[in-house]
Order: sequence, then structure tokens, then C-alpha cells
Amino acid sequence: MCKQSPIWQIVFGVLPVFLAVLIAAMLVIAVDRDPVEVVTNIWEGAFRNTKSFAGVLNFWIPLTLVCVGLTVTFRSGLWNIGIEGQILIGAMFASWGALYIQLPEALAPLQIAIEIALGILGGMLWAGIAGALKVWLGVHEIFGGMALNSIASVWGIYLISGPWYPEGGSAQQSAPFSKVALLPGISDDWPVSLLALVLTVMALIIVPLILNRTRWGLQLKATGKNQRSALLLGVPINTVAMSSFLVCGGLAGIAGAYRTLFTYGSFRPLASGGIGFLGLLVVLLASTRTLWIPVITFLFAAILSGSTRLRVAMQLDASLAQVLQSTLVLLFLLVGGLRQRFEARSATPVEPEAAQPPVQTRAGGEVIAP
Amino acid sequence: MNITLKNIHKSFGRVHANNNINVTLTEGQIVGVLGENGAGKSTLMKILSGFQPADSGEIWIDDQFVSYDGPEAAIGRGIGMLQQDPLDVGAFTVLENFVYGRSGGILPRWSQAEQELNRYVRDFGFELDPTLWIEQLSIAQRQQLEIVRLFALGVKVLILDEPTTGISADQKAILFDALRRLAHDDKLIVLLVSHKLEDVIDLCDSVIVLRAGERVGDMMMPDSATITPEQISATKTHLVELMFGQEMALHERSLATLGETVMSLDDLHMRSKRLDISGVRLSIRAGEIIGLAGLDGSGQELFMRAACGLAPVHSGHIRLGERDLTGKPYRHFMQTGVIFGAAGRLEEGLIAGLTLTEHLALVESTAGAIHWPRMVDETNARIAHYNVRGQANSRIEQLSGGNQQRMLMALLPENPRVLILEQPTRGLDVDSSRWIWQQLLERRQRGAAILFSSPELDELVAYSDRILVFYAGRIYEIPDVAGITIDRLGHLIGGEFNG
Ligand SMILES: Nc1ncnc2c1ncn2[C@@H]1O[C@H](COP(=O)(O)OP(=O)(O)OP(=O)(O)O)[C@@H](O)[C@H]1O
Ligand SMILES: [Mg+2]
Repeated sequence: MCKQSPIWQIVFGVLPVFLAVLIAAMLVIAVDRDPVEVVTNIWEGAFRNTKSFAGVLNFWIPLTLVCVGLTVTFRSGLWNIGIEGQILIGAMFASWGALYIQLPEALAPLQIAIEIALGILGGMLWAGIAGALKVWLGVHEIFGGMALNSIASVWGIYLISGPWYPEGGSAQQSAPFSKVALLPGISDDWPVSLLALVLTVMALIIVPLILNRTRWGLQLKATGKNQRSALLLGVPINTVAMSSFLVCGGLAGIAGAYRTLFTYGSFRPLASGGIGFLGLLVVLLASTRTLWIPVITFLFAAILSGSTRLRVAMQLDASLAQVLQSTLVLLFLLVGGLRQRFEARSATPVEPEAAQPPVQTRAGGEVIAP
Repeated sequence: MNITLKNIHKSFGRVHANNNINVTLTEGQIVGVLGENGAGKSTLMKILSGFQPADSGEIWIDDQFVSYDGPEAAIGRGIGMLQQDPLDVGAFTVLENFVYGRSGGILPRWSQAEQELNRYVRDFGFELDPTLWIEQLSIAQRQQLEIVRLFALGVKVLILDEPTTGISADQKAILFDALRRLAHDDKLIVLLVSHKLEDVIDLCDSVIVLRAGERVGDMMMPDSATITPEQISATKTHLVELMFGQEMALHERSLATLGETVMSLDDLHMRSKRLDISGVRLSIRAGEIIGLAGLDGSGQELFMRAACGLAPVHSGHIRLGERDLTGKPYRHFMQTGVIFGAAGRLEEGLIAGLTLTEHLALVESTAGAIHWPRMVDETNARIAHYNVRGQANSRIEQLSGGNQQRMLMALLPENPRVLILEQPTRGLDVDSSRWIWQQLLERRQRGAAILFSSPELDELVAYSDRILVFYAGRIYEIPDVAGITIDRLGHLIGGEFNG
């Protein structure tokens, strides 16, 4: 409908951030702390030095991988709630490789390649099950995903309390992996894996290209928007749904592998750390603006990583960051909704090329188009 | 209540869909809104009913300027509209839908509402079971429900955008009686957008005609009680002239030479919840056109879908040449050149949210990577050839109903073996229907066999080589269409097979 003036674009972009900061500030004041100090601490926690910046990247890498994967399932209209489980199974498979395949140090790159491949395999397997349940048995992917998430988590707990129980350790994590099995960091000042960084950037570039430039990408989009029509236009909708699950699962698997092989260096049943759910939120926020994903994930990663400092510096629980994050998400969605209303109201003529249909509400109150 | 539209303008990009339209509507009248596909009819109706705002212009009700925003508000002002493509409303029952949108109380009074609903249904001669789910209703019943709902909400203006597409002759008669009652007894204004001139002449008191976004004329309709066949055809000619600015030639029956059998159905048995069709034997030859007649839900939908793998076949065989495709999914049929076209357009066939280019790329591209610039060129070529009003980067739902249908046609392969088409000219103006048939006949010349269904008896008689009449799952074959009258066909459709 109306092409928005830049001013409004900015207003709608900045407003939620502003409001979220305001609300968070009020919360902080309510617990008798100085909001400015909190912000400074988060900032310092994130960007104080190269190490802390690497810490941000350590969150950014798996989160971004997961989000890229989720754009694929979202494109085909699927809610891949099972992403958490896929991350975990990916982590588990990679850990198996790290614990049981012991190549000599000279073959470390091969060892790591095998572990990552195993991670991908695990993620794909778990996503494939969700897909198969959906496609052949008609189980909605949300329910299937939930069930698979809890199975994965139970399985993880079983492993560290049974077969992978470390000698003399606690039932929190497996025995630490050997050095050969670990992803190496760039340097002591930059404790972040170059390989993972490269993989993530590649995923960020390649996946959107595939989605926008290939027949498969178009088929995903068609299936996501209208299955029945897609079928009539010759789209193999089942294959398409399955493949989008598999791709997403594969990326989630890499994320899981990264978490165990780099972040923790051992297997933990909580390896995903909620990154899957956070990823769902990010993708929801970004909706069609996929280019924003790395930016949003960076923002979240910075807040997450930076806020770990709060406890040390201010005796505040780091969960404050989560509060800030959730408020941010909520407000973005809220303002997004307001914006749609606003757009529907101020109907001004369009300039030629920018023709977009209005948001139409039909008899049932269903919103069609954008 | 009288309504005046003053200087209404609406543009979509370069398209001036409504260009300075002025109309006055008087209560108690049924007004037809005519115009070729893309003339701007739906746009004007959506403006009046609050579904979209005008760029400029005013709406006056009884000499009072009003402005409202959204369909709910329009209903509040007494203006309600039935949509051109009824969409699914999801899991509601008839009664729930009837109650939906009412003010007063959080808890609806169900029994009272049900009584009210039943009373209206009886008064209008409709047939609606309050406990049915919306998705169980036929198109005609959904319309009936919507009419009753809007009337109960107290609308004084009822807008119907192509209400007779997809409903049977009997259902149409019921609808028209109800509309007459609403206008002439209850003093509503009824606005009817339609491409069927006979209907318009039969029902409307007057018409307004749009062409390319402008109002180009209007006309009083002769009194349908005393009208003669000559008057009908003279009025029709006049209306066609107003709509297209020229007179049109009628279609001549052309006989194609039939080739060998391309598809054969052998003792086919198919079932749905309501229907059971068994013992179907049919061989279809290249270049043959087979019309499927019957009321909505008589089995022709099931038959067409089963014949191309979209509905399950219980027993029997479907053969294409040497290949047995029984039980195979639609994709296999498609790959062998059996193409299905659904009547649903945006629900089934086209994908809202995708551009024209994306649609074409979906059916055309064979390689993994899509070369978009080439696809855009190809789309532009099709747009030109099929005379679609829209741009390569328009999303499909931005096209008018008739242009969506043209695009659907443009997506069909050039040389199919068998085309199975549900109501291929649904919602098309006279010119466009003729044109679509021209396209279909060209494909038939190249050897395609065509199965099509239509609620229009004259269309069936005009184009079919054979007609299959469906009634409650039974099939009656008319082998020689030249020897059948429309009247006889009408009786057959009603189930009088042994007359
Ligand atoms: N939402 C939209 N976005 C862009 N263009 C539109 C939109 N709606 C309508 N148009 C354009 O406006 C013109 C008029 O469309 P409209 O739907 O009013 O035609 P119509 O008279 O109802 O035709 P039909 O008989 O085919 O339904 C068409 O050229 C159409 O492509
Ligand atoms: Mg229309």
C-alpha cells in the first residue's frame, strides 16, 4: 500500500528498542540499581577486549546457524519447534565422534571433519524424523518437534549418567574431550573457531542464494504459501517439506557440534542452551527480512554474552539480560502489529514500481497478503 | 437509504482501476455492475464495502457524508458484501458464523440465535443446517449463510461479486428469489457484479457499465415479467456494445478429427464421504472434448480429481496409452501430460503471495538454478500472448479475477495430452471466455483431449463432442451433442434420465 516515508521507517525501527530499554531500566531501578551502570557493564562484558568480543562470537555462531536453518523451514511454512532437539542430537553425535574416534594428532583436521559431519548427520536424523512424522503420518510438526525435543533431552541425560558418566566426575557432563577432538581457537586473544566462523558466514551467504535463486527455493516458498496449489503446479510437496527439514536439521547439527566441540569441550545435556528457541524468535522477528538476521543475532549474542558480567560486577543475575531480550522481542512484534494497522489506515496512492497490495481482511477476518 | 458515490478514484501503481466514478443508488433497486475483466468492478465494490479505501472521492448516505474504515465499520453503516472468492473461515459451525460479528453481550444467546437463523432460512427458501461446519457447505450455501448473516446484522446495501459462479441453476433461482425479496419487499439496495448477461437482464432493475476504470454508461432493464426473447437478445447486444465498445461474433461449432485413444478408464470405482461412483468406463480420444454436466456435488468433481490422481481410486484402472497410472500421485499424471485445472483459483491452482514470474518459474524451470531475467522475459511474453492485465512482478492476488484465470491458462503447457478443467471460464466476461476457448480449441487441434465441467448448459452444448451428465454419482452419457436441446439437458441434470 503506501510506501512508508523514511521517518516512519526509522520510528518503527527504533521505537521498540527505546521502549524495551525503558522498561528494562525501570526494572533495574525497581531493584535499586543504576540502569546506566547495567548498560555499561553489559557493553563492557561484550566489547571490553578481544576475548570478550570472541565470547560474543561464540554465541553468534551457533545462533546464526540455527536461524539460517530456520529460515529454510519457515520458507516452506513449517514450524520447526524440534530445533532444540536437533541441536542436541547434533551435539551428541559429534560428542560420540570426539569420545570414541581417536585419530593421531597429525590427522586432527580429519578428526574434526568427521565430528562435524556426525553432528550434521545427527541434526538431520532428528529433523528427518520430525519431517517423516509430518509428511507420512500427519503429525503436526509442532507436536512432533516437542516430543522429539524431550526424547533428545532424556537421552542426553541418560548418556551422561550412564555410558558417558565420567570417572570421578559429576553427572553434569561427560569426560572432557581430548585435545585432538576439539575445535581449535584462532589464538589465545581470539578464542573463537575460525572454521565455524567461516562455515557460518558461508551459510549466511549461500542459503539465501539458494532460497532465492533456485527452483528448490521457489518450491519451498510455494509449498509454504499454498500446498494445494503448489501440488497442482507440479511441486513435489512431500519431498520439499522433507528436504527443508533436513537442511535445517543439518545446520542445527553444526550448531550443536560447535557448542560441544568448542564452547564446552565435553558433552552436556543442556548443550543447546535454549539457542533453538531463541532462533525461532529471531526468525519470527526478522520475518522476510532475512538480511537482518546476522544483525539481530549479533545484538542478542552481545546482550547474552555481555550480561554474564552483571553477576560479577553488580551481583545481578544474568537473567536480567533474558528479561531485556524477551521484552525486546515482544515489543518488536507489538510495534510490528501497530505498524500494519497504521499502514492499512493511511492509504495513499502508490508510485508505480512500488505497487503492493493492501492488507485485506476478508469476511472471516483472515488477513491475506503481505 | 440512498447512496451516492462521488468522484471515486483508485489506482494500483499505473493501473487506474477506478477513474472518477459517480453513482447514485436508490433503495429497493437491484443494480447490475457490468464490465469486462479488470474493468474495476470489484475495486469499486470493495471501496463501497470498506475492504479497501479509495484514493479520493466521497461516499454519501442519505445526503450525509460518511467515512468508514474496514468492512466491520461498513456493515455498521449498513453496507455488506459477499466476496468474489469465498475463503475458508475455518472451524466454525453455521450457527457460530451467523452469530459472529454481532454486538451485545459476550455470551451469545444460542437458542434464540438458532431460532432467528432458522426463521430467515425458511423465509428465504434456503437450506442450511445450523450445526454443519462451514467447510461442509457448498459455495451456494456459504453464500446463503452470508446473506442471512448480513441481513440479520441489518445491512441496507447488499453487494454480491459474481455470486453465480460455481452454483447450480436451481441454487441460482433460489438466490435470485431471495435477492428480489430483499430489494423489492425489504427495500434494500442490491448490487450485483456479474458476467452473465441473461442473469443480469433477468434480475436487475438497472445496470451501470464500467470500462477501463471509468463509468461508460448505464441502462434500465426491461421488466422481466413481460420480457420477450427478442427484447432479451436486443438488450444483450446493447450491453455487450457498452462493455466492449463493439459487437461480438458467436462461436461456431467446430468438429475436430479424433485421434487414437489417449486415456482410458476401466471399471473405475471412486468414493467420497457422500458419493459412490462405480463402473465408469470411458475412453478418451485425442482431440475430443467431453463436457461434464451436473449440479454442484453430483460427482463430477470427484470424477475429475480421481481421473488424475488427486482423489483416491477404489478399484479399476486408469491407463494412459500403455501406462497404467492407477494409484499414482498427480505428479506422475502431470509428467505424462495430464493436466488438471481447478475452479478454485486462489485456493487451488494459484499461490497468493507469489508473483506472475514466480508462478511461471515454478512450472517452467527444469534446471536447479533459476535465471530470473530470462523468466521475466518469458513471463512478459506470456502476459502479452494471453493478454493478462498485470505485470511480471505483480503478485497474483493483485490481478482481477478474470485475469487470474487468464494467467492460469498461461501456465498450462503448450501441448498437453489431456486437460481436465473445472469450470474453465468461471468468472470470465463474454470476450474472455471466448478467448479462453480459442486457446483450448487450439490445443485440441494439436491433439489434446479436454474434459471440462461447467454450470453453463450452453457452454457445454457449444463446445462438447460428448456430454456426461452426473446426478448423485450416476453418469448418463449423451453421445451426440448436436441432437440435444438445452432444455433436455436441464432435465437430465435434474436426474430425469429416463424421460
Ligand atoms: N490489490 C491490487 N493490487 C494491484 N492491482 C490491483 C489490485 N486490485 C485490483 N487491481 C487492478 O485493478 C484493475 C481492476 O481490478 P478489479 O478487480 O476491480 O476488476 P474487475 O472488474 O472486478 O474484473 P473481473 O471481472 O476480472 O473480476 C485490474 O487491472 C487489477 O489488476
Ligand atoms: Mg472482480
